[in-house]
This record gives sequence, structure tokens and C-alpha cells, in this order.
Amino acid sequence: MKPGFVKKSILPGFSLSLGFTIFYLSLIVLIPLAMLFIKSSSLGMAQFWSVITADRTLAAYRLSFGTAFASACVNAVFGSIVAWVLVRYSFPGKRIVDALVDFPLALPTAVAGITLTELYAPTGWIGQFLNVLGIKGAFSPFGITVALTFIGLPFVVRTVQPVLEDLDPQIEEAAASLGADRWQTVRLVILPVIFPALLTGVTLAFARAIGEYGSVIFIAGNMPLKTEIAPLLIMTKLEQYDYAGATAIAIGMLLISFVLLAAANYFQWLTSKNLGKV
Amino acid sequence: MNTRTEPVVIRRLFIGIALGFFGLFIVLPLICVFYHAFSKGWVVYLQALAHPDALAAMRLTVITALVAVPLNLVFGVAASWAIAKFDFKGRDLLLSLIDLPLSVSPVIAGLIFVLIFGAQGALGPWLRAHNIHVIFALPGIILATIFVTFPMVARELIPVMRSQGNEEEEAALTLGASGWKTFWMVSVPNIRWGILYGIILCNARAMGEFGAVSVVSGHIRGLTNTLPLHVEILYNEYQSAAAFAAASILVLLAIVTLVAKTVIEAVIRRGHTA
Amino acid sequence: MSIEVRNIHKNFGQFKALNNVSLKVENGELLALLGPSGSGKTSLLRIVAGLDFHDAGQVLFSGQDARDQKVKDRGVGFVFQHYALFRHMTVFENIAFGLRVQPRPVRPSEQKIREKVTELLKLIQLEWVVDRYPWQLSGGQRQRIALARALAVKPRVLLLDEPFGSLDAQVRKELRLWLRRFHDESHITTLFVTHDQEEALEVADRIVVMNQGRIEQVGTPEDVYHNPVNAFVLNFLGNVNFFHCRLAEGKAIIGDTALEVPGLSVDQPKAAKLYVRPNQFRLSRGPGKGTSLKAVVEFINPAGTLVKVNLKADTGERLHVEITQEEYRQLKLVKAMAVFVSLKDVSYSEYVQTAA
Repeated sequence: MKPGFVKKSILPGFSLSLGFTIFYLSLIVLIPLAMLFIKSSSLGMAQFWSVITADRTLAAYRLSFGTAFASACVNAVFGSIVAWVLVRYSFPGKRIVDALVDFPLALPTAVAGITLTELYAPTGWIGQFLNVLGIKGAFSPFGITVALTFIGLPFVVRTVQPVLEDLDPQIEEAAASLGADRWQTVRLVILPVIFPALLTGVTLAFARAIGEYGSVIFIAGNMPLKTEIAPLLIMTKLEQYDYAGATAIAIGMLLISFVLLAAANYFQWLTSKNLGKV
Repeated sequence: MNTRTEPVVIRRLFIGIALGFFGLFIVLPLICVFYHAFSKGWVVYLQALAHPDALAAMRLTVITALVAVPLNLVFGVAASWAIAKFDFKGRDLLLSLIDLPLSVSPVIAGLIFVLIFGAQGALGPWLRAHNIHVIFALPGIILATIFVTFPMVARELIPVMRSQGNEEEEAALTLGASGWKTFWMVSVPNIRWGILYGIILCNARAMGEFGAVSVVSGHIRGLTNTLPLHVEILYNEYQSAAAFAAASILVLLAIVTLVAKTVIEAVIRRGHTA
Repeated sequence: MSIEVRNIHKNFGQFKALNNVSLKVENGELLALLGPSGSGKTSLLRIVAGLDFHDAGQVLFSGQDARDQKVKDRGVGFVFQHYALFRHMTVFENIAFGLRVQPRPVRPSEQKIREKVTELLKLIQLEWVVDRYPWQLSGGQRQRIALARALAVKPRVLLLDEPFGSLDAQVRKELRLWLRRFHDESHITTLFVTHDQEEALEVADRIVVMNQGRIEQVGTPEDVYHNPVNAFVLNFLGNVNFFHCRLAEGKAIIGDTALEVPGLSVDQPKAAKLYVRPNQFRLSRGPGKGTSLKAVVEFINPAGTLVKVNLKADTGERLHVEITQEEYRQLKLVKAMAVFVSLKDVSYSEYVQTAA
């Protein structure tokens, strides 16, 4: 190991633990992911481009990223409200609600998928009311958004909640003593502090939603060009033994999400930089 | 008036919105599962669970988790030891790489293993020559599951170990303990709740994983169907009651996970007071 | 056991934590490393313990180079600033830890361990907390448990990092007297780090004053307090007033006033800085026989063993003066009153290079 690579420490086991970490990371994650890119290089640029710009692919991308974005926005609003209510108010059953926030993470996605489908189908408990309103619940982008909202809720709540809990009560009291009304305090003092966390939570929810499969395929309807999400299109190509096509679509998806995530991280860095470490 | 709260009307409205959203998205689905599972009575429910395919699926799910979780646990402990206890170049990069599987679609996770081990994959011909089955067999299912649950223990342990610092280990060393003794007698007991927490979350995801496993499994009934895949097949065959019966087992798993998680959080919080 | 460090250097990136530090701690001595935060005192302590590594120089235990000695073989008892008690172990298990991890052939029996722990708990007067966990103890109790744990392995030297740093004022006073008594009985070579001059002056046999990675002065408390080698040591060891003046013929000339300075002799007039402790002033109601500085009383705080008086001199300087309660009564000081200030003594003076 090069000198200066690690700060010398008397604790043992650095080489062993780091060595194993890198070995296992490479074996399970890095090398397999690299295979994806090696495989795509055998495609040739023209073929790659023609696959990912096909109408069906573009429609799938648009649907996946669009519904993921919509669900992230819904969760930004309602997730913040749930977090706020859980931190600031007391009401009967609060502890159960708090524990159940993680339910979407603990529940296998396939179960979420069939359950939501059953609920939002035209004859389902919720779907029949939506029908009356002229909204198609399941088998539509609306249904996909519902499923993705379900999946993403804990990410927003669980990143905003601790920041709200750690908020120093004195800054609100200071704002009030300086003459701010409650809405001004929330808008000018609280929101700016929780904003970076909210953004992190929304980004996590969005990232998860882009690739989500299990909870979506049942409720989506899976009509090409209309309700076919990108992961399903990859699956379909695989079932047709079109490995090249599947790889191209996967690479396209990964690249778009990495760019979006990098942008979100950068934006978050910009907004949190001024807050410093309080 | 308390300067840190809102008028009663707004408070009630907010609680109402939160609980309404929550009921719609969490509680209603929960009720729905059990309603459909028991829609044709106890007998059908129990028959569905006792079906050989269902039992085989459960067994496969348990086996998968029994391999994937311990491997990710060993990795999680090693990674958090290196990252939390030492200061080295590239630590932030390593952290992001560990989180990478979380932002990769499960379907893509399955796909990469098909590209390596599948019939047309990089190692395909060699595997066929040696009659080793990875894809559409148990090893593929386990690999895909490990990938998807890869960071789950490490992510829980790294912040715990970081917050504890190095002083207790240093104290043990000044008292004459060897490196191993320090690790086993001081470090591991200090993160035992974090370890348990990580295992529980990792296990829930490992047992419930659908997308990645779906790609590599081949859906061979009684052989390569995990419980979530079994649910899918039944549902697609319009055996709704049976599908929800199998699903109810997974819901129970989720509830047990949440209860265990809540209990551990309470224990950890109690340990930090005073 | 004696400890010696020779020409120790330690850098954190660009920052020089220790810059050519040499020091000898005699066998059986109680020595304080005193300095502001960032002065390198904790780094030095950790290097002696083997917890950190120096970039250059030598650490010698009883004359033997300790470079290749691992922490566990150095025989040091280290008490951490935040105690570093094992949070998942009871007080008993904490103290017994060092005995339990000894290699099997030399490991004491369970009976022996029990006796040893009980003996140590008796020493620190905390027998009744034996089954508690660290989080159930007060700061002062944790501090003593940490000490007992370090003592259990019979260390050859005891190293304490800010041992009383995070305790209440009252507990801190009690514990430091206890440490002094403990050392008088055990005579174990002890090195402790502190940023509190009062603590160092009260407890230590000798004090090492550190600043910016260097040792400024080593000496007995009396020595460093009364004969500081430079302005930093002087400042760090207590409040001090200073004047810009010219020194000539045994007098300090400040503005129009020539103050008599006891024990001062200069060959030729020089610009200087004069440092005077608050208790080195004499106040009187009229100009005394020596020349004195006229000043006005701005503030009086008579609550305490000494009376603190703030003065504003005619020349513009503000002075912090301490007089006895008796002097205060005799002078009948009140606010806005004019007084005359002369010098009983001067702590330290340094010549200032005047621009040519």
C-alpha cells in the first residue's frame, strides 16, 4: 500500500477489511455491471442508437421517468406533511403510524403490486369510485403513479423526519420573538433548513421509482407505447432472447438516471452548503 | 400561545391529510390482502398454503435468504470497519459504489447476471461444458438477491460505527487486548443492535425480491419459484384467493420485520439516553 | 519508570502538531502538559501511549526505544478525555477487562480478578456501583472508573487526557485533590494533559507549557508562575496587565509619569513592554514617595477573597488590580475616586525593537 493512502492507525485489520470489501464489491457489483457496458460495446453505436430511439423504447422511457417524477412530487408534498405531523403533533395511534411508514419497504413489491391492482381495478374498492369520476385507476399511468407513490413514501418521510426532530426549538422562538407570524416562520426559517433533506428524500424516491418493477407490472396494463414501463420492456426483450436490445435499453436507463441523480446531488450540495453544519 | 405550533384548525387539517393519505396508501392495501386471502374461507386459504408448489417456493425463499444475508452481513461488517474506523483516500467514492445497487433497477440487476452466466453469456459455453446451471437455477437466484440486498447491512452499520469513534478500541488496546480480542469483545458487542437491524432489513428485502429474481429464475414451478414469483403466477392464472393467501405470508413477514425494527429502535434509543 | 521523548515531530498535512519536542519525565513524577487547544499536548500524550505515530524522533521508556513496542506491550494506563468506558459492560467487567484479556498462562483466576476489582473499587470509593452500566453513572464516577480500569493492569506509567475537562467545577476540584493524594501514595509516573492553568498549578510536580507544537517552558508550578520565560507563558498562567513604556534608570516612563520599578537595572534607555500581575500593584490615596500613576476607579468587585478593581490611568491604560479586603477597607475605595498606582513588583519585561 502506498504511503499516505491511509492515515496510520493502531487499530488492526485495515488491509483485511478493505481488501475484502473491494473484492466482494468487485465480484458482486462492479464486474457484473461492467459486463453490461462491455456487452453494449459489441452492439455498435448505430444499432444501440436505433434501439433506444425506437418509438416503443422512447415511450417506455417517457412513461417510466414521467410517472417516477410525478410520484416523487406527490411524495414531496404528502411525505413532508406526514413527517411534520409525526414529529410535531400527538394523536392516538401515532406510534403505529410511525412504524407503518416503513411498510412499503418491508412489503415484497409483488404483494404491493397485486394488492394495489385489486384496489384500483374498475371493480375494486377504490377503482369503482374513480370510475364514476371518469378516471381509469389501474392499467393506466395514473395506476403506475399510485404504485410508485406507495413505494417512495418511506424515503421522503424517513429523510425529512430526523431533520425536523433535530431542529432547534429556539430558532422558531427567535423568529416569533422578532415578530414573524407562524406562516413566515415555517416558510422562511423551517423550510430552508429541511429543504436539502427533502431533496435527498425525493431523489431517493425518484431513483427507486425509475427502476421499480414488481409493484408496477400488475397495475400497469403493459400495453406497448401506452402503459409499458422501461424495466418491463427489458424483460420482454429478454424473453425474446434479444439480449442486445435489453442491454441497450438498460444502458440508456442507467445513463439517464445517473445524470439525473448527479444533477440532484449537485443541486443538493448547492443548497446545503450554505447551511453548514449546525 | 405556544410559538411552536399552529392554530387547532390547521393542526387537525394536517393530521387529517396525513392520516387520510396514510390510510389510502398503507392501511387499505393491508386490509385488502387479508380480505382477498380469506375471501373463499379458511379451507381454501390453508389449502393454498399447503400446496406443494407453495411449500417449495417458501423453502427456496428461505434458502436464498440464508445464503444471501450472511454473506452481505460479513461484507457489511468488513466495509463498515474499514470505512468508519480508518481515514483513507477514496473513502467517499467507496461509499457511493456500495450504494450503487440501490439505484440500479432490479430488472437490470437480473439482466447483468444473465449476460454473464446465461446461455449466450460470457461464461455460458464454459458453464454448459461443465454442466453447471446458474441461470434458471438456485445460484442465479442467490446471486441476483445478493446484488439487490448488497448495501443493506453496510448502510446500517457505517453510521453506527462512525458515531462510536475509536476510543473504546484504543482503550482496549492500552489495556493489553490483542486486535482480535478488541474486535470481538469491544467492537462487535457495540454494534450488535445495528447488526440485528441490518439483518432484519436485508432479510425482508431478500425474501421479498421480485424483479431481479424474476429475470434469472425461469419460473420453473416447484424448482425455481420463490414465494413472490409464486404469488405472481397464481395471480396471473386468476387464482386470486390462492395468490393473496401466499401474499399474506409475505405480509406477515413484513409486519414481523416492522415490529422487530421498532423494538430494536426503542432498545437503541434507550441505550443512548443518559 | 522514566519517559523521555527526543526531537519529536508530528504533522497533520500542513499543520505542525508537534515541532521538535524533547522532554524527560522522571520516575515517580506527576507532570502536567499545559497549553491551549491545538498546542499539541494531546498529540504528545497519544504518541507516548503508542496510540498515534510520530513522523520523526524517539520515545524512550526507561532509556529503551519504544518504537517497536505495541500499545498493548507498553504498560501504559491511558485515561481518555471522554473516559471510553465499554458501554456494553458493567463497571465490574470494565475494570476486569485488562485482566481478562491477558494471555492464558498469566491470566489471573476468576477469584483473583474479583479481589482485584473489589480492591480498586474500594480505592476509588465506588464499591456500590459495581453492577451498573456506564450510562447510569455521573461524569465524576465514570472518570474514577476509567482510572480504576487503567490501574487494574498495573501500568508502569499513567497517562491522562484532560482528566477533569468535562466535569462540573465542584467535582473537578475534589477529583484533582484526590488525584494528587493518590499519586503521593502510589508514586506512579503520571503525565496529564490540561488546558486549565489552575489545575496544573495545583496538582503537578512540574508543568510543561506548550504552544503551537513547541514546549515553551518546563518547571515547577512556582517556577513557571513567577519566572515565566516569555510573554506566552506569563499570559497563560494568569491575568496580567501590560504597558508600553521606556525603561531608564530603574524607572518605567509611561507618558509623563516615571514609575519606579523594583529590581530593574538598565544600561541605557530602551523601549519595552512591562507585564504586571493584578496583585503586583500598590494603591494609595495620595502620591507616595516614589512617583506613581494617577488613575480613576471605574469598577469594584469586592465579592471574593481579593477585591478586584478596574482602573483607568490618566495615560489611557486600563488596569486590572487585585487588593486584599483589608487594603480595600483602609483605602475606602469608591467608584470614580482618584487613586495613585505604584508597582510592588514586575512579572516580566521584554524589550521592543524600535524602528531605527
